[in-house]
Amino acid sequence: MAIFKLSVNNRAYNADVEGDTPLLWVLRDNLGLVGTKYGCGIAQCGACTVHLDGKAVRSCVLPVSSVGKSKVTTIEGLSEKGDHPVQKAWDEIDVPQCGYCQAGQIMTAAAFLKEKPKPTDEEIVSTMSGNICRCGTYHRIHEAVKSAASKTN
Amino acid sequence: MKIAAAAGGGLFLGFNWTNSNALPVVVSAKEIAAGAIHFNAYLSIGTDNTITIVSPNPEIGQGIKTAFPMVVAEELDADWKKVKTVQGNLDTTIFERQVTGGSGAVPHSWERLRKAGATARHLLIEAAAAKWKVPASECSTENNKVLHKASGKSTSYGELAEAASKLTAPTEIKLKDEKSFKLIGQAVRNVDNHNIATGKPLFGLDFYREGMLFGMIQRPKAFGLKLKSVDSAAAKAMPGIVDVVTFDNNVAVVGKSTWQVKKAKDALKIEYEKAADLESSDDHNRIFSQLMDSGQATVRRKNGDVEAAFKNAAKVIKAEYQCPFLPHSPLEPMNFFAHVREDGVELVGPTQTPDRARTEVAKLTGIAPEKITVEITRQGGGFGRRLAADYVIEAANVSKLVKAPVKLIWTREDDMTGGTYRPAVRYRFEAALDQKGELIGYKLRGVGMNSGNPTREDNFPSGSVDNLLIDSVEHKSPITTGPWRAPITNFLAYAEQSFLDEVAEAAGKDPVEFRLALLEKAKKSPAGEVKYDVDRMIAVIKTAAEKSNWGKKKGVHQGFSVYFSHRSYVAQVGEMVMEKGKPVLKNVIAAVDCGIVINKSGSLQQVRGGVVDGIGHAMYGALTFKEGAPEQSNFNGFRLIRMNEIPQVEVHFIDNGISPTGLGEPALPPAGAALANAFYKATKQRLRNQPFINDDAFKGIS
Repeated sequence: MAIFKLSVNNRAYNADVEGDTPLLWVLRDNLGLVGTKYGCGIAQCGACTVHLDGKAVRSCVLPVSSVGKSKVTTIEGLSEKGDHPVQKAWDEIDVPQCGYCQAGQIMTAAAFLKEKPKPTDEEIVSTMSGNICRCGTYHRIHEAVKSAASKTN
Repeated sequence: MKIAAAAGGGLFLGFNWTNSNALPVVVSAKEIAAGAIHFNAYLSIGTDNTITIVSPNPEIGQGIKTAFPMVVAEELDADWKKVKTVQGNLDTTIFERQVTGGSGAVPHSWERLRKAGATARHLLIEAAAAKWKVPASECSTENNKVLHKASGKSTSYGELAEAASKLTAPTEIKLKDEKSFKLIGQAVRNVDNHNIATGKPLFGLDFYREGMLFGMIQRPKAFGLKLKSVDSAAAKAMPGIVDVVTFDNNVAVVGKSTWQVKKAKDALKIEYEKAADLESSDDHNRIFSQLMDSGQATVRRKNGDVEAAFKNAAKVIKAEYQCPFLPHSPLEPMNFFAHVREDGVELVGPTQTPDRARTEVAKLTGIAPEKITVEITRQGGGFGRRLAADYVIEAANVSKLVKAPVKLIWTREDDMTGGTYRPAVRYRFEAALDQKGELIGYKLRGVGMNSGNPTREDNFPSGSVDNLLIDSVEHKSPITTGPWRAPITNFLAYAEQSFLDEVAEAAGKDPVEFRLALLEKAKKSPAGEVKYDVDRMIAVIKTAAEKSNWGKKKGVHQGFSVYFSHRSYVAQVGEMVMEKGKPVLKNVIAAVDCGIVINKSGSLQQVRGGVVDGIGHAMYGALTFKEGAPEQSNFNGFRLIRMNEIPQVEVHFIDNGISPTGLGEPALPPAGAALANAFYKATKQRLRNQPFINDDAFKGIS
């Protein structure tokens, strides 16, 4: 066990865990930030997606020891009032069915749009295909990413 | 009870729906809070004009937590913006059929929910009429208000709630004319969207309790093995580990965090011994062949003289179709919180059958069901997996053994290799055609691995063929199975609708015309009992054909499929086009008859999601076995459909005013054949085995 100093959603945390603990479980079990989800544990489904210095990463395979001084943003910290354009689009397009994968989808989409504010349909499909939605809300995920892109620009 | 306390004063209506003639009961908030009166469903109106509606059935992504309250709010003439929806906990003294399964919740509750809203509306009008000293018949309602138009008076429901709560509810209540619905039929967004999009703790896996321990279980790694010995010394010595306990064939590790427990579980040294056959997929193929020809078949339906029909046939068509075992793969793996105390049990988590969970835990612990509480969380999918209570019993077992509150977590690997799969099945179809190409004989034999009855003997085409035999053979396998979204029909529909395409072709008939002719026959001169609604089926077929411009599109290869399941009817046309020499499924046009559509947005997505699910598993889903052990354990080996692999899905609902007949499952069954039949049009090759990706015809295509 060791103390890891983490910056999550612009707040400083100390986590007393083993260095190989994936960031996902530190967020969920130690910091109480359960918005980031466990789906597969092997970076296949994307439910655990968070931002590390603004880039989308899979927190289920990211050992806490390698986070270092990077700033972590989770779904809880994506916006103060839950009104990030992607979050708003998810509600307006009525994306969620069960909702379990959607935090990961939103975090993937938000990082993507920051990098590519005006994506083509192909770019949306190619990026969002990294995240699994077992309910099959893909049509609306696509639509919501497009809608968010049109509103941020 | 929470609701009553939170809502403060106001009108509480409890409705005892245990029988259809039961009377609504009006009581005060105090009585509800004290639990003095038993109800089966209720809504409350706060003095602040807020309306709280409890949705008792588990929400697994089917949209019930939005749709149920919409029905109550419609009859109440509530202002939807002022409605709060709350998930009810298990309470068999208040609620009835707190189950999510069989696409049955809305059909079951439709009338009950409408009466709940209508009764409250009636009482609010009575209260306003008394206050204004005007006849109730002159009052109307809209948007949380009672109006008296003649005098221009209006009062909010909140202001009337207390007075209304003192009135006696009528024994008979008039429901709205369905044509005047304002909210039902609109697109209403999922009530939990904001909480989901901001990462609020909603799901079972998100549940935390101070002092709670985390548990994981190592189950036998193959079906047919049993526990021989456990060496847990290394695991116990690892950081954060509190205990290692054994029950049945399971070794449970309990500790202070998920990761510590997972690592310790991996460090267990366990020896197993053989308790039953360790079956491999090759064995299953051999067993299928043997039982297909020599098995003792159970006759499911028989009409006419099948032998004579086949003897006299001008043409006989025969084909076999096969489907593999499938895990459910809800994205939230199995998990449950249990706290077994001496005087009761607290259970919290995702379950489609909270009552079963409680009953099983009562049996395990010897604690009376009324001392066991079940809190239902939002669930990250279910697909039938959470109809089983195995993981709830495990959680209770572990909590009992370690005498502490425990959240039991399955890893994805546990979830995929832990059983309760869709059964693997092989079908043999045979059809006899006469000189004119009329279907005079039909045979279906299903061989299933722990499938129960792998046929649906009374579904179409039964009733439309004079000489028909449907039977089945069962193989008892150590591999555990259970209902998987649209049980049996999720693969039977594909096989049957693909085979009918083969028969139509052999008869030289258009697939749509062929099906319609059979249905006309079922209507005019039915062969035995017809247990589906022929007209509803014809209507979806015609709508799908019309909307897809069937047979008239150039360069588009169309495949037709139609199925009746869970009381609803869905026809689909799959459209493939050749791109760079490869057939690509571009579009699926669906015609759906689920009766009245409650939520236009949720229903549209339910159909799209069902098609995506059906296409995805038909294309890619396969769980294979080697000596009893699943060969795939996570999403790297077991492929789920992704955004780049989906077709567009166009949905048309039939507007026939029939009370809702269910939509959680019916869009899935026809999807596989819509794809397979389009594929045949494009390539002249039949796909007779799922997953299609493994079929020779598909090699090199996707």
